[in-house]
Amino acid sequence: MDGSLVLTLLRYGFLLLLWLMVISVVGAIRRDLVVGSRNRTGTPTARQIRKNPELEKQAPAPAKLPARQVCVTEGPLRGTTLELASSPILLGRAQEATLVLEDDYASGRHARLFPQGSRWFIEDLGSTNGTFLGGSQLTRALPVEPGVPIRIGKTVLELRP
Amino acid sequence: MSDVLTVPKSRRNMEAVLLLLALLVGVGANMVIGLDQDRAFDADFWTQGATLVGLVLIFHIVLRIRAKYADPVILPIVTALNGIGLAMIHRLDIANNDTAADRQLLWSAVAVAAAIAVLFVIKDHRILRRYTYISLIVSAILLLLPLTPIGLELNGARIWIQVGSGTFQPGEIAKITLAIFFAGYLSTNRDLILLAGRKVGPLQLPRFKDLGPMVAAWLVSIGVLVLQRDLGSSILFFGLFMAMIYVATSRVSWVLIGVALLTAGGLAAMQLFSHVSLRIDGWINAFDPEVINRPGGSWQVVQGLFGLASGGLAGTGLGQGRPDLVIYANSDMIIAALGEELGLIGIFAIVLMYVLLVSRGFRAALGTRDGFGKLLACGLSFTIALQCFVVIGGVTRLIPLTGLTTPFMSAGGSSLLANWIIVALLLLISEAARRPAAVGPMGGPMVPAMQDAGAKPAARKRSLRKKEASGS
Repeated sequence: MDGSLVLTLLRYGFLLLLWLMVISVVGAIRRDLVVGSRNRTGTPTARQIRKNPELEKQAPAPAKLPARQVCVTEGPLRGTTLELASSPILLGRAQEATLVLEDDYASGRHARLFPQGSRWFIEDLGSTNGTFLGGSQLTRALPVEPGVPIRIGKTVLELRP
Repeated sequence: MSDVLTVPKSRRNMEAVLLLLALLVGVGANMVIGLDQDRAFDADFWTQGATLVGLVLIFHIVLRIRAKYADPVILPIVTALNGIGLAMIHRLDIANNDTAADRQLLWSAVAVAAAIAVLFVIKDHRILRRYTYISLIVSAILLLLPLTPIGLELNGARIWIQVGSGTFQPGEIAKITLAIFFAGYLSTNRDLILLAGRKVGPLQLPRFKDLGPMVAAWLVSIGVLVLQRDLGSSILFFGLFMAMIYVATSRVSWVLIGVALLTAGGLAAMQLFSHVSLRIDGWINAFDPEVINRPGGSWQVVQGLFGLASGGLAGTGLGQGRPDLVIYANSDMIIAALGEELGLIGIFAIVLMYVLLVSRGFRAALGTRDGFGKLLACGLSFTIALQCFVVIGGVTRLIPLTGLTTPFMSAGGSSLLANWIIVALLLLISEAARRPAAVGPMGGPMVPAMQDAGAKPAARKRSLRKKEASGS
């Protein structure tokens, strides 16, 4: 009798332990699940603005004019412009690049510019010398506003409306 | 491509706490079984418990040294799943007078050793990108090996090879090398594939010549189906490619083309090959007495369903059901065995662990900065998810039963080895995602970039990390 009671307790205890494990794991990663002010991503929602009115001021102004062309302002290709369509652009020295940079300090497949929503983003493709957006090195894809310089090797580009 | 910020905090202590819980689950399951069978705390229990604890602790210490910022929940989840699997195999061994648990324990040790080796040899997952086409060749060799004289045909499927006195399933490793190839190929050619194409309604169709890899992947999976008679692996390889191309291009048209090709291939296979149509008949008419009793019929699935039903909500309790009545209870049907003894409540916890594991893989993909790593992490976690879906769906008769293994739980060395290597790769990618980026002024003087994305960036990263380590 005692033995079977122990076994029943163990049986339910084990199920409890399984769920305890699952819940602790969820607890450990809850930081990723909450969308709070600490890891705000992108534009705040209308609901978040209602709760914290100060978010509204920080929110970037909606893009005035979408970028229409990319223009080389410094480097060997200075003066070159390229019309932006709706497809991504590959920048680099490789022949298959959309804009072939004749720059010894650029990698073959250096960076890509791609549209998402109404904005253009730049992403480094693991280049040797890195890509710089407005003076800081890219570690992930970032949105590019018109007029902000993008530096690749000795070449500087910017988007124009 | 997300803006999610990562927090530079190692969280290895969190992992240690969760590991303790996971080991409690694994060893606890074995203990409950031992108590039930009146052989509590015998030699088997101590060897299995001690080996599991030892292996996992070594892995944890390696992570502290090698990948300090890796995801803290991947290892505990995998440990718990491996422990539950071992306990269930041990429990079935007692019923069947087998020694599968000893083999599984040995393979767990080999798999953990391989995962540790991966962590040490591949310091940065981006190195793998250099082996894009080598991976393709290796995958082809691995997939063709079972068709050579060293291949072995078991239960109608020719997917094993003879290695010494044991058998090995090279297809399990091939899913990793294929994922590496697809990630490398798609991260390089994504824009070319995206650029061209005609627009038909809301869909942008790809150019015909960009369809090449898609057709190749389709041919590979059809080849596996026809020559090796393995429906499960065939679905797995094609699903992997479809998921990765969708992640790379975010074009629905690819998925539609893939589904159309798969349906066409499936229908043709059903007409042409008896083993496929028998499987499908055994799925639709599972409870027909004629179908149940015929060789290769639905007896296995139906018996598994009866087992699940007798388990009910809370299960019969570990060691108190009769999961040993089903053939291959410790490999293909381990989910039915666990469902019988742990019930719906227990099986949901296990499924949730898989969901969490896969979600952590995708989280690593979101956080990492390079396209190759993103695709690789997505592909690898998707294989785990798809494999779970195909197996659990097959056991519960949602889809036809196919012979895939349940990741980390089924008895079977090759699957265990491949999945632990996948875990090591996911940990590496999550480490790259969560490691604080080297900030500050430009990283040294510029060097002429004569070689594209070669050894230089990786080497520089490494030296930077060394500097950080000596500084702290």
